[in-house]
Amino acid sequence: MKKSALALGLVVGALVGTPALHEASAQESVYVPLFTYRTGPFAGSGIPIADGMRDYLEMLNQRDGGIGGVKIVIEECETGYDTKKGVECYEAVKDKKPVLTNPYSTGITLQLIPRASVDKIPMLSMAYGLSASADGTVFPWIFNPPATYWDGASVMVTYMAQQLGGFDKLKGKKLGLIHLDAPFGKEPIPLLENLAKEYGFELKLYPIAAADMQNQSGTWLAIRRDRPDFIYNQGFGAMNPTAVKEAIRNNYPVGKMVGVWWAGGDDDARGGGAEAKGYKALSFNQTGVDYPVMQDIIKHVFDKKLSKVENRNRIGEALYNRGVYNSMLIAEAIRTAQRITGKKVVDGADVRRGLEGLDITEARLKELGMEGFAAPVRVTCADHNGHNKAFVAEWDGGKYVKASDWIEPIKNKVRPLIEAAAKEYASSNTGWPKRSEACDKPS
Amino acid sequence: MDILYSIFVDPFMQMGSAPDLLVQTLWEGFVGGILYALIALGFVLIFKASGVFNFAQGIMVVFAALTLVGLYEKGVPAFLALAITIGVMFVLAYAIERVVLRPLVNQPDIILFMATFGLTYLLIGLGEAIFGGNPKVMIAEQLYLPKGAIDLKILGGVVTLQKIDIAAAIIALVMIGALSLFFQYTRIGRALRAVADSHKAALSVGISLNQIWVIVWFIAGVVALITGIMWGARSDVSFALQVVALKALPVLILGGFTSVPGAIVGGLIIGIGEKIGEFYWGPLVGGATESWLAYCIALVFLMFRPQGLFGERIIERI
Repeated sequence: MKKSALALGLVVGALVGTPALHEASAQESVYVPLFTYRTGPFAGSGIPIADGMRDYLEMLNQRDGGIGGVKIVIEECETGYDTKKGVECYEAVKDKKPVLTNPYSTGITLQLIPRASVDKIPMLSMAYGLSASADGTVFPWIFNPPATYWDGASVMVTYMAQQLGGFDKLKGKKLGLIHLDAPFGKEPIPLLENLAKEYGFELKLYPIAAADMQNQSGTWLAIRRDRPDFIYNQGFGAMNPTAVKEAIRNNYPVGKMVGVWWAGGDDDARGGGAEAKGYKALSFNQTGVDYPVMQDIIKHVFDKKLSKVENRNRIGEALYNRGVYNSMLIAEAIRTAQRITGKKVVDGADVRRGLEGLDITEARLKELGMEGFAAPVRVTCADHNGHNKAFVAEWDGGKYVKASDWIEPIKNKVRPLIEAAAKEYASSNTGWPKRSEACDKPS
Repeated sequence: MDILYSIFVDPFMQMGSAPDLLVQTLWEGFVGGILYALIALGFVLIFKASGVFNFAQGIMVVFAALTLVGLYEKGVPAFLALAITIGVMFVLAYAIERVVLRPLVNQPDIILFMATFGLTYLLIGLGEAIFGGNPKVMIAEQLYLPKGAIDLKILGGVVTLQKIDIAAAIIALVMIGALSLFFQYTRIGRALRAVADSHKAALSVGISLNQIWVIVWFIAGVVALITGIMWGARSDVSFALQVVALKALPVLILGGFTSVPGAIVGGLIIGIGEKIGEFYWGPLVGGATESWLAYCIALVFLMFRPQGLFGERIIERI
C-alpha cells in the first residue's frame, strides 16, 4: 500500500512538476535545434559543420552565459542528410518552441518552407536552400544569407571572366557544371543557363547520382571529351574528394576547377595529395584560428572538453569555420530580436523579426572577434539574403588560402530572377499566403 | 529524325572519329567491371554456401577498409594493420556464424536475409562509433600500390592507364583464379561445393556446416577488404562506398547468384555497358545514367535467361 502511494505520489509529482519545469526553462533559455549529419555518405561535410555550429553556441553559453543573459539550449537532430529524417526531426522539435530551424540540407529546406509560416518558426538556410526564398516579400519566414546559390554561380562566372580578361572573353568558352543530381546540385542551373545566354558561353551539365558519388569515371570521360575551360563543382559529401581525384586522374587542371562553398572542405582536397594543390572553392569565411572568436572557442569549449572535435587541428578548417559563421548568424538574430522586442526570452516570431533586422557591420564583426573573418551582412524586410560578396579560396596542400579579392555577385542579373522565381513559386503553390507580417523600421 | 540520328548514328560516328576515347571508355568499364565482379564474388560465395543473400556485403567492404585505414591512423604500420584487419574479418566471420547463422539454421531464407539487414546496420553503427564518419584516405602508397599513369599514344590520341587500375585488375584476376583453384582442388573447397549442392547431403558425409560457413564468410571478408582497398584508392574510404557495392545486384542478376564465372562476366558486361552507355548515349537523357542503366541491362538479359547467364536453371517437379 505504501509503495503504491509512493508511486502514485511520484507520478502526480512528475505530472504537476513537468509543466513548471518547462516554464522555468522557457523563461531562462532559448531552444536552438541543429539538424546535423554526422553519419552516412555526407558525413565528411556534415561533421565539421556540425562541430563549428555547436561549438560557437556552446562558447557563448560558457563565456557569456548565453545571449543577453539567456542560456542557449542546443540540441542536435541527426538527419543523415536524408529529407525524410529531416522532416521527422522537424516534427520532433517543433513542439519544443524552437526560435528557428536550421535544416542544413536543400532537400529538407524545400520540404519545410511551407510549414515555417504556419508554425511561426523562421528558417535559416544559410547560403543553401531555395534561392528564390531571398525574396522576403514572398517568403517572410525563410532566410538564406549571406549569398544564394545563384549569387555563387554568378561569382563563378565573374571569376571566370576575370581569369580570361573580361566578360567579353567569355564568348565561345565552355563552363562545365558537375553537380549532385539532387535539388542542391541542380539549384544553380537556371541562373547559369541565363548567364550563358547573356555572355555567350556554353554550359555543359555533368550530373552525378547520389549512388554514384564514388563512381564518377563515366562522367569524367565526358569531361575529358568536352574539355570545358572551367568546371564549377556543386557537389557535397563523398562526391567532392572523388571529383578532385578524378580531375587529377583525367589530367584536368585542378586549378580550373572551382567548387561552390560546400565543395570546399579540407577533406575534399586532402585525399588528392600534392596533386590537388590549386583546387579552388568559393568561400565567404576565412580559415584558421587567428581570430579572437576562434581562440575563445578553443579556450571555453575545446580545452574544457565540451567539443565533439577530437583533434585540435580540425578547429579552423574551412567547413568548421563555416559552421561557426552559421551560428554567429543565429546568435545575432536572437540578439537583434531581444533588442527589437525588449524581451529576454524571445520566440520564433520575435527571431523572425531579428533575422529581418540583421545588420552585421565591420564594427560589429570586430566586437564579435571576427574582424576580417567574414564580410558585413545586412538583411532587410524585402531582401532576406543580402547577396553578399564571396571570394575564391585555394587549397595549398594543407589548408585553403584566400586566392582572390572579394567578388560581388552579378546582382542586377540575380535579383530580378529571384523575384520572378519567388512569384512563380507563390503562384504555383495554391493558397500561398500573402505577406501579412509588418516590417520593422531599420535601426 | 534528329532524335533517331542522335541514338543510332551519332554515337557510332563518335566512336569512329575518336577511337582513343572509345578504348579509354572500354578500359574504364573494364576496371569498373572487375571491381563490381569482386564485390559480386563476395555475394556469390556466401549464397553458394548458405543460400543467404548477404545484404551486408557492401558494408563489409567499407568496414574492412575503414579498419585498415583506422588502424594505420592510430599508428599501426601498414602491413601489420593489413594483417590485423584480416584477423578482424576472421573474428567477424566467426561471430556471424555463432550469433547470427547458427541460431537461424532451418529458418526460412527470408529470415536469414533479414538478419543480414540487421548485420548491415550493426556494422554501420560499429564502424561510425569506432572510426567516425569522416572520409579517410586509403593507404595505397604505404601498401606499395603503384601510383601514376601510363600514357599510350595510340589511335591518334592518348589512352591513359592508371597504374592503380592495372594493379586492381591484376589483383582481382589473380584472386578470382586462386579462389577457383581453391574450390576445385582443395579439401575445404570440395566440402564447400558439397555444402552448396546440398546441406543435408554434406552433413551426412561428415562435413561441418558451421566450419564451412566461417570459412566462406571469412573469404568473403577478405574479398571485401581487397575491394575496399582498390575502390578506396580510386576515391576515398567513406560510407558512400556501400552504395556503390550495391551495384553488384545487377551483376548478380546477370551472372547468376551461384556462379563465380557469372560474377566475373556479369561484372564486365555491367561495367563496360554502363560506361559506354553513359559516355555515348547519356547526354541524350541528361546524364547520370549509371545509377539505373546497369539494372536495365540486367533486366534485358533476364527476359531471355531468367536464371542469369551462368545460374542454375531451377526446375521444380510438381
